[in-house]
Amino acid sequence: MAFQVVAMLGLLFALVSLGALIYDILSDGADRLSWDFIRGFPSRRAEQAGIWHALTGTIYVILVTAALAVPVGVAAAVYLEEYGGRSLVARLVEINITNLAAVPSIIYGLLGLGLFVRGMGLGRSVLAGGATLALLVLPVVILSTREALRAVPGSIREGSYALGATKLQTIWHQVLPMAMPGILTGLILALSRAIGETAPLITIGAVAFVTFAPDSLSAPFTVLPIQIYNWVSRPQPAFHANAAAGIIVLLILLLTMNAAAIWLRDRYQKKGAA
Amino acid sequence: MKRFEFLIEKGLLACALLSVATTVGIIVILAAETFAFLSEVPIAEFLFGTEWTPLFAMPRFGILPLVAGTTLVSLIAMIVALPLGLLSAIYLSEYADLRVRRVVKPVLEILAGVPTVVYGYFALLFVTPLLQQVIPGLAGQNALSPGIVMGIMILPLVSSLSEDAMRGVPRGLREGSYALGATRMQTSLRVVVPAAFSGITAAFILAMSRAVGETMIVAIAAGLQPRLTWNPTQQVETMTTYIVQVSQGDTPQGTLEYRTIFAVGMLLFLGTFGLNLVSAWLRERYREEYQ
Repeated sequence: MAFQVVAMLGLLFALVSLGALIYDILSDGADRLSWDFIRGFPSRRAEQAGIWHALTGTIYVILVTAALAVPVGVAAAVYLEEYGGRSLVARLVEINITNLAAVPSIIYGLLGLGLFVRGMGLGRSVLAGGATLALLVLPVVILSTREALRAVPGSIREGSYALGATKLQTIWHQVLPMAMPGILTGLILALSRAIGETAPLITIGAVAFVTFAPDSLSAPFTVLPIQIYNWVSRPQPAFHANAAAGIIVLLILLLTMNAAAIWLRDRYQKKGAA
Repeated sequence: MKRFEFLIEKGLLACALLSVATTVGIIVILAAETFAFLSEVPIAEFLFGTEWTPLFAMPRFGILPLVAGTTLVSLIAMIVALPLGLLSAIYLSEYADLRVRRVVKPVLEILAGVPTVVYGYFALLFVTPLLQQVIPGLAGQNALSPGIVMGIMILPLVSSLSEDAMRGVPRGLREGSYALGATRMQTSLRVVVPAAFSGITAAFILAMSRAVGETMIVAIAAGLQPRLTWNPTQQVETMTTYIVQVSQGDTPQGTLEYRTIFAVGMLLFLGTFGLNLVSAWLRERYREEYQ
């Protein structure tokens, strides 16, 4: 019995930490949160500074990331799950993806710096940032899509073949629609991870002193986490309040996405059980 | 029609191979800049030098202070995450009923999903001031506070992977233990944990790799002073922090300074890659044991 209490300590510590973190950020930043703050631009005066440029930067970058990582990731997963089988190529790719998923995110920043910013001459642009994050979340997209495809029962495929459908028709008309909720859940979680990333984008040279919202793929940009980092790094407490308010916006964004993912998953599980 | 299907299949394969190309890209880019770096700085000075001052007029390129900083913060993180993560895994796997798990698992998922820049804020502006009330000599930026917060960050990873390993232990082992009169605690600690040992170790090593590669918490709360010290109350700089520090300035391509971040990145990549391989190997071994 006593040991049960001790074993609960680990969980209690996690719960208390999360509580302290949320309390600390709300108490520091809630007062600063306002419509002006969301629609405002950076300023040397903390009271006038806002996050509009960073918020639009985040949205631009994530759209690019999604446009690149989603089709490629889903296609790769379909290949590995439906075509690859136990072939040598499939095994190799599989081991490679597991390893890639554990590479520190800042290494992807160095890859993006060498490949997109310098190598392809994209500069410190929205496109370079989105492409870097796309490579970062690709393993996550592939792994979660494979899970979703694996959950589709083999009998569905066999039924489709029995009716004379080809492999591609079976995948397109039966397997993908059935796996869709699972795939979407994985995609949302992967993109919410990309939204919170800071280090790779700093490494490719996204700076916090961009004072305007990006208007094209080649524009320089900053994102919400980088703006938060910039504000935390300053000595004045007024900027720390801005950072806390920025964190609240970021967390609300992520919670909304996660809630959507959980909702999809639950709906899917209920359907699967029925 | 056949031809179309064939083309699609090859297109899908190309997408799958893109992930291999990513790995190749990482290695090629890191290696190219690292070789260029090592043509100017002897490898012995890089790996064994005890002074890291690449931005000074008289630059020194000994990476040991950065390695020491990284190791110190990661060790503190592991000291926090190992026992607590293992305990919570034991609780979730051996004690908790469905209702508790329903509440606790999402909380752990939220903890794992909090962006690291938020943890950095928490370390610098909440945990450090709190610790300063207990430890008077604690510097405003130090290794201790980001280490603890990093421990909180990787706790869910340790917990969920260890739990998976323990759940994989066959029921028969537990029942055998109970039949011999063992209590639940004795069964957990002397039967289940040892039986899941390689899986748990794999979880620890993966968590260590995560700690070594973590960037924003240390960039915010650990400081920018490369120092060869084991004193956790002082500022230290980690390998990841150094990369962030240089990236924030406008460093022209081709300079030695630009290349240092790739050389540091190479070492970081090799270190975490090694840890990941060991972890994957242990997981594989564990899987074989019970199949």
